[in-house]
Amino acid sequence: MTFTTVFQNIIKILTKYWDVFLIKGVSVTLALAAITVFFGAILGALLAIMKMSRLGILRAVVTAFVEVIRGTPLLLQLYIGYFIVPLMVPALEIGTFASIAVALVINSAAYVSEVIRSGIQAVDIGQTEAARSLGLNKSQTMTKVILPQAIKNILPALGNEFVTIIKETSLASTFFVGDLMTSYLVVKGQTYLAFESLIIVGVLYFVLTFVLSKLVGAYERRLKQSD
Amino acid sequence: MTDTVLIETRNLTKSFGGLQVLKGVDLQVHQGEAIAIIGPSGGGKSTFLRCLNLLETPDGGDVIFEGQKINQKGTDVDQYRQKMGMVFQHFNVFPHMTVLQNITLAPVLLKKKTPAEAEAQALSLLERIGLLDKKDEYPRKLSGGQKQRLAIVRALAMEPDVMLFDEPTSALDPEMVGEVLSVIRALVKAGMTSVIVTHEMGFAREVADRILFMADGVIVEQGVPAELLDRPRQPRTQEFLSKVL
Ligand SMILES: Nc1ncnc2c1ncn2[C@@H]1O[C@H](COP(=O)(O)OP(=O)(O)OP(=O)(O)O)[C@@H](O)[C@H]1O
Ligand SMILES: [Mg+2]
Repeated sequence: MTFTTVFQNIIKILTKYWDVFLIKGVSVTLALAAITVFFGAILGALLAIMKMSRLGILRAVVTAFVEVIRGTPLLLQLYIGYFIVPLMVPALEIGTFASIAVALVINSAAYVSEVIRSGIQAVDIGQTEAARSLGLNKSQTMTKVILPQAIKNILPALGNEFVTIIKETSLASTFFVGDLMTSYLVVKGQTYLAFESLIIVGVLYFVLTFVLSKLVGAYERRLKQSD
Repeated sequence: MTDTVLIETRNLTKSFGGLQVLKGVDLQVHQGEAIAIIGPSGGGKSTFLRCLNLLETPDGGDVIFEGQKINQKGTDVDQYRQKMGMVFQHFNVFPHMTVLQNITLAPVLLKKKTPAEAEAQALSLLERIGLLDKKDEYPRKLSGGQKQRLAIVRALAMEPDVMLFDEPTSALDPEMVGEVLSVIRALVKAGMTSVIVTHEMGFAREVADRILFMADGVIVEQGVPAELLDRPRQPRTQEFLSKVL
């Protein structure tokens, strides 16, 4: 296997299967990551609110949940989602993609809840004190004073979470959900050119995450400037 | 100054963990009175001030504001806080709002004023402190002295009955202390009831009707400025003043 043959094979694969990688793989991966971060952020925000609640039991439940999610492998969680989710609502006949997406969302929510909580806690306590001393109640203080500032800490972190998820969704290919890594499996199965297919997929993952993290970085710097 | 008692504390106590920071503080603040609190670091001055508007919850004793005991379950603290303005050492202006929005937020949100009324009032407050031209700036464009003056008028916009100042000039560069003190001076002259924690002895002497010397969680000694600053009776006060004067 020389460099030239590898290169030629890559060109060959791309000419024949470019749509499998670029159209199907990339779009499914991006869609999966976007769904995960979007719903993960919503669920994560709920968890963060529960974690800051006055009810000890609520805090304990959330803490336990976050610890369990963080303490077990994502692949295992995906397997559990794959088996459990269709059983829970059989009437909906939820497919593999949705089951895997649910598992990814739950996983991401655990991480995002910590991102949101620390983004809120990074806002100077003096801001809360100033707002409360003016007579604002707790929720007015949160919505008018704390969250608008916390969002500047949270959004870039969510962007980075999106980048991480892009890589983590590759595990979903275990269940052939059609993501970029699934494209690799498909093309490898048809061409028997595993190495070349891997290179293509690797470059695509890298370009995606590199470009996106640069964008997040630029956005973060712009937010910093407006402080 | 009138005879009406605006704020009163009775045997106020507060601990943090095992450390007792307030050991039974009694004070009556009269309407229109200006009180300065001085004392060594860690003596409990900030904690006491923050107990008055319940930013800290006292462990024991009473805080009585305009005749109502306010440190008990079921009181609507937010409503009382609207009548007690507070100014902090580190300004705590809202960085995500313009100067104008900083001032109008609370009066509008708490339905004290319509947005138009609040804006008109904010503009006249800004004019009074010479910051009218900054009304649409964000606080990051302001100097420390300007931020603190903004913080003062933000509190004034709620038309409070008393103003609490916690070392309002301690975080400022020396050349900016004067501009903040003159705003406070004007307020006191206009009859605003004020409790001012400060290390500025000259200022305390000039504006205060009464100075409290606080150390180790108690009011060690109090009196009119000339009396307390020039003829302190307690050794603890004498020792402190010999170091700072
Ligand atoms: N939230 C808190 N948790 C624990 N300890 C605290 C807290 N706030 C204050 N203390 C402690 O209580 C004591 C009194 O603090 P306080 O801030 O009231 O003093 P101070 O007289 O205002 O001092 P300074 O002149 O330095 O501002 C200090 O020993 C301080 O460390
Ligand atoms: Mg203090």
